[in-house]
Amino acid sequence: MLKGKNALVTGASRGIGRAIALELAKQGANVAVNYSGSEDRAQSVVEEVRQKGVESFKIQANVADEQESKAMVKQVVSDFGSLDILVNNAGINRDNLLMRMKEDEFDQVIDTNLKGVFQCTKAVSRQMMKQKGGRIVNVSSVVGVSGNAGQANYTAAKAGVIGLTKSTAKEFASRNILVNAVAPGFISTDMTDALTEEQKEGMLSLIPLEKLGEPEDVARVVRFLASDDANYITGQTIHIDGGMVM
Amino acid sequence: MADVFDKVKEIIVDKLEVEEPQVTMEASFKDDLEADSLDVVELVMELEDEFDMEIADEEAEKINTVGDAVNYINSNQS
Repeated sequence: MLKGKNALVTGASRGIGRAIALELAKQGANVAVNYSGSEDRAQSVVEEVRQKGVESFKIQANVADEQESKAMVKQVVSDFGSLDILVNNAGINRDNLLMRMKEDEFDQVIDTNLKGVFQCTKAVSRQMMKQKGGRIVNVSSVVGVSGNAGQANYTAAKAGVIGLTKSTAKEFASRNILVNAVAPGFISTDMTDALTEEQKEGMLSLIPLEKLGEPEDVARVVRFLASDDANYITGQTIHIDGGMVM
Repeated sequence: MADVFDKVKEIIVDKLEVEEPQVTMEASFKDDLEADSLDVVELVMELEDEFDMEIADEEAEKINTVGDAVNYINSNQS
């Protein structure tokens, strides 16, 4: 399905990013695994990806930094020869009530979760324009659509990603670069494991399918959006949330 | 000078799918050669590759005509 394609997944050392890297690899794509701090975990993802019979390497970069993003993309293009799929997944959270949220908690989340998408998209745009095609999939969140108390920074960034996705889709449509977003709901990852039982119960009561999603549920949709099956889809945000936000 | 112009013309004819006689030094990319903003960005990228130079965004924004591009290349080529 993605045989011979070259992909870069940001924030791929764990959770949803890891699942996306493995799913793309399973379909035949070579995958560069970006990480920020977790080098060991990134290395083990690289090894898992290689077990699918494709090429892989890890690459450290802070996606919010222009120079680091550029250098990362350059490295991937030089190693793989092209870059067909970019998945902007890297994200952090610094949850707090707005009244208690510090400026740097707000800035850090916007920097990584929103500006990081801009930096990496800009960094790959030249290559994808030259190739006359490419796929960009941005990982937003349903709370970017619905809002969520205690996550003013995170929801602002994730809503921003949806707007950025639409503008990028319009700018690059004529060059056959398709840009879409996925909006995961309550997915079982380290980020959600950190919640209390009470918080989890509260979330579950909002999900019509009455269960958490798995990272693989998100990964399969990303793989679809990155494939030729999604040739006529751009600028869209697909919710993967068990019906939580409609 | 003539070499640079010829090379630039060749790239423009190829990229913008226009006829050679349309590509004069005075021709404006957007008004005369029907290029959109993204076409111009793409063209600048091609020129960078062809002439092995980097054109900063601020400089690239000033390139409106074929002559602007040719003159920039002539005065910045090492």
